[in-house]
Amino acid sequence: MKRMQKTTRSNFITYGIVIVGTILFQALDSAGMLSSLLSGLLVPLCYFMILAVSLNLVVGILGELSLGHAGFMCVGAFASAFFSKIMDGAMPDGLRFFLALLIGAALAGVFGILIGIPVLRLRGDYLAIVTLAFGEIIRNVVNVFYIGRDANGFHFSMKDAMSLNMDGGEIIVNGPQGINGTPRDSTFLISAILLLITLIIVLNLINSRSGRAIMSIRDDRIAAESIGINITKFKLMAFAISSALAGVAGVLYAHNLSTLAASSSNFGYNMSISILVFVVLGGIGSIRGSMIAAFILTLLPELLRSLSDYRMLIYAIVLIIMMLVNWSTSGRYMKEKIADWFRGLRKSGTKGVS
Amino acid sequence: MSFLSYLINGISLGSVYAIIALGYTMVYGIARMLNFAHGDIIMVGGYAAFYAMVNGGLSPILSVLIAMVICTVLGLLIERIAYKPLRSAPSLAVLITAIGVSYFLQNLALLLFGANTKTFQSVVTFGGISLAGGQLQLTGTTIVTIAACIIIVVGLSLYINKTRTGQAMLAVSEDRGAAQLMGINVNSTIAMTFAIGSALAAIAGCLLCSAYPSLNPYTGSMPGIKAFTAAVFGGIGSIPGAMVGGLLLGIIEILGRAYISSQLSDAIVFAVLIIILLVKPTGIFGKKIQEKV
Amino acid sequence: MRKKCLSVFLAGVLAVTALAGCGGGNGGSETTAAAGDNGTAAADNGGSADSDAVFKIGGIGPITGNTAIYGTAVQNGMAQAFDEINAAGGINGYQVEYSFEDDVSDPQNAVTAYNTLKDWGMQMLIGTVTSGACEAVVDETYADNMFQITPSGTSLNSIKNDNAFRMCFSDPAQGSESAKYISENNLGSKIAVIYDSSDTYSTGIYQAFAEEAETLGLEIVAAESFTADTNTDFSVQVQKAQDAGADLVFLPIYYQEASLILAKAQEIGYAPQFFGCDGMDGILTLENFDVSLAEGLMLMTPFSADAEDELTQNFVSAYEEAHGETPNQFAADAYDAAYVIKAAAEQAGITPDMSASDICDAMKTAMTEISYTGLTGKEITWGEDGEPTKAPIVVKVTNGAYEFM
Repeated sequence: MKRMQKTTRSNFITYGIVIVGTILFQALDSAGMLSSLLSGLLVPLCYFMILAVSLNLVVGILGELSLGHAGFMCVGAFASAFFSKIMDGAMPDGLRFFLALLIGAALAGVFGILIGIPVLRLRGDYLAIVTLAFGEIIRNVVNVFYIGRDANGFHFSMKDAMSLNMDGGEIIVNGPQGINGTPRDSTFLISAILLLITLIIVLNLINSRSGRAIMSIRDDRIAAESIGINITKFKLMAFAISSALAGVAGVLYAHNLSTLAASSSNFGYNMSISILVFVVLGGIGSIRGSMIAAFILTLLPELLRSLSDYRMLIYAIVLIIMMLVNWSTSGRYMKEKIADWFRGLRKSGTKGVS
Repeated sequence: MSFLSYLINGISLGSVYAIIALGYTMVYGIARMLNFAHGDIIMVGGYAAFYAMVNGGLSPILSVLIAMVICTVLGLLIERIAYKPLRSAPSLAVLITAIGVSYFLQNLALLLFGANTKTFQSVVTFGGISLAGGQLQLTGTTIVTIAACIIIVVGLSLYINKTRTGQAMLAVSEDRGAAQLMGINVNSTIAMTFAIGSALAAIAGCLLCSAYPSLNPYTGSMPGIKAFTAAVFGGIGSIPGAMVGGLLLGIIEILGRAYISSQLSDAIVFAVLIIILLVKPTGIFGKKIQEKV
Repeated sequence: MRKKCLSVFLAGVLAVTALAGCGGGNGGSETTAAAGDNGTAAADNGGSADSDAVFKIGGIGPITGNTAIYGTAVQNGMAQAFDEINAAGGINGYQVEYSFEDDVSDPQNAVTAYNTLKDWGMQMLIGTVTSGACEAVVDETYADNMFQITPSGTSLNSIKNDNAFRMCFSDPAQGSESAKYISENNLGSKIAVIYDSSDTYSTGIYQAFAEEAETLGLEIVAAESFTADTNTDFSVQVQKAQDAGADLVFLPIYYQEASLILAKAQEIGYAPQFFGCDGMDGILTLENFDVSLAEGLMLMTPFSADAEDELTQNFVSAYEEAHGETPNQFAADAYDAAYVIKAAAEQAGITPDMSASDICDAMKTAMTEISYTGLTGKEITWGEDGEPTKAPIVVKVTNGAYEFM
């Protein structure tokens, strides 16, 4: 009972951070007190946090390494942008964006289940390479989609734009040039609300019966199976939820910029790895930690802009140092020392109260 | 006839993947870590040989040796600074650190050598062989790469099975704790692995750049990922597996590009990989994972 | 639990410091970046100018990542032009301060870079370098009514709004001009195309080329592609072009990949006429490249570092002195873009105390009135759509140097 209360309290702290942060940034932004840099980064910060939290569900809670998270984001982004583009003007903006969100999340979730199937057979680094492969396949295939619309309806090709045989009309998805002119529906408030919903879904899942089943698979698969836990079901569940949430992040991404193209920098393995960095640095399994790590690591390269040519080099060094401090034996010892010092401080400060 | 020439092209590409995959699989098999910085050590090897040859005016063989020395030192340094402190950390933490090292090397190279592409001068000086009356060309680089691959596979197998340090490596890869109890110095064994792996990366870098003579700070990253895939194809940790996996990957990529779609060749490679892993979950030569209850 | 609390606390401290650094130190740090980076930025000249009012002009492009080569060239070309302009007394008597931000050639990063420059106080934008990023930024500049000229963003959507202009040819223009030139000069009847299907620039030119080729009756016998991930091995593409019996191979790609294709073609003894676009420029100065491979190669480029005119020669020698390498067309486009801003600003008579929006309105009109002669063309004029009108120049590589056709 006491443990339960503790987790509940911890969850409410997490929600609290998001709500306070949202109100704070929203207020500052409406008052025009944020720099353009920060106010332009608000939506990206939200979707990176959603990505980190959703990946943590697979990596931290299910305990499987995934290197293809950006692929699900890509599915969500393209599905929703395509929908928004063809429905632009046909329905109210709010409804359109809501439906786009649902479509993006649902399709990404379906892909999550598809990719979840090999997961049932593979483990460890072999699984990692399969997720990486899936992510790259998704990006490669999206890049050869050509979809156009004219008076005769939709045209589809996987070769080039000429093969569409268009009769006037408009090319909606133009291969590597992607989709241009997506309505820019992503606002900070919507993104923050989606982040909160993501957190509620993930944290509630972890503390539910299903969540405990998923964690038991992580800790000891065979023992879990022997007490009658349906491994297939729970693994697929974790994968599907995680990828649907990544799809939501993709929807936000697609509707934040007016142009959407799948390149190796936004939906390639580099992006998947960046998201993984958030999760590992924030603490594998710690939802709040991955959220905070995503926040800091997204801001860091921007704050290093004044270093010009050197910024990515410094970023790499900071990353290595953070990993060493967090995980090496001497780094942990140092952290322990600092913790002791803080504890001493708190004890002397709160003497008599407790 | 065109099929044969595609096949030869596939073997050329595959031999380059194979030689990179050997370094990958060696480090993985013994240190149990995915060294994502391996591709970037290849790039450093390429630059080292380039400057030795073009600016230093040294002979190709000497340049390759210099590249090997530089990469070995670099590999040992990276291992000592970034990986060794994390020996007891979860493997994910080491993976992320390796990625950090990879970013570091790329950006350092960008600052030191500039973003401009350089044309690499082949380290292989003799010409190729013409087959079937000149219709098929086997270039010198391909012959040397395949020969180097075979020599390395045989050499590594002999080294691991016949020498004391090699046996120590095997012991460390089987069970690190037990190896330590038997009096094997785990740290120096792993350092040795990195030294060999990095020297192999230097050779791979020189041969990669000889086959595809364009060198920039990102030269190693995509071949690195492909070679990683190749190593998994063959069963990561298995030395003959890396060679077979590399060759297969190269052939599938070229034939897929030639007969199915040039835009989707990567997707085809990855799809075949997934199918192979579904049939054989630990790759072609991979050991079966035993489940302990 | 305690350790976790500590981690969260430390992270929080980091975040707060980060935010504080962000709000406070922004303007200052950026300015020093510009000054420190380029040595002779406005800070040096600022003291001697009559007032401290300066034009603030920003640039965006990739200076890290695998397209860094283009962004760095633009950064250098732009810096060189503005240093010259400042030394010669500035624009309308005011000095120019410039700053260049990295976008890693990614749309989201480009928008962030743009916002950073806005915080710095940018009044006009040169950028972005790559098309994909440009398409994202052009909507931002339109919303802010910020004047924008891209040195090298070639796709149609890069300048779709009326506040955006371009220095280079658009993709469709290059594609159709190339087809016309090939047809008019009977360079080949069976054409093979090798293009980068993951790149906006390359596919854009290819699409326009294929359409124009069809109307002109040119036969495309092979259209082979590669992607950014498979840009090392070209054996299949070259082989297919040869098997299809193509006598001309059109290469709407950058010179790094082209150099590999030329080497491959020689290896298998295939010698068609190769024809490239402006991305091909730079192949002769590729470090350690065997220029004999490029013998006979034709390319349509607005800029040639070998041109005899005084302007080009001065530009090239100054650039070589400063950076130790021969400038490519990206550097030339950026250099021209800076001087075009100067020309239009003088036509419009703008001053630094005007708002960015007012400057934009004045510049939009002025751009359609000026005629500019620079490194990348003579008497270039602009339409309201932002497209430059200039004559394409075709050169042929003869004895390791460009020969004008």
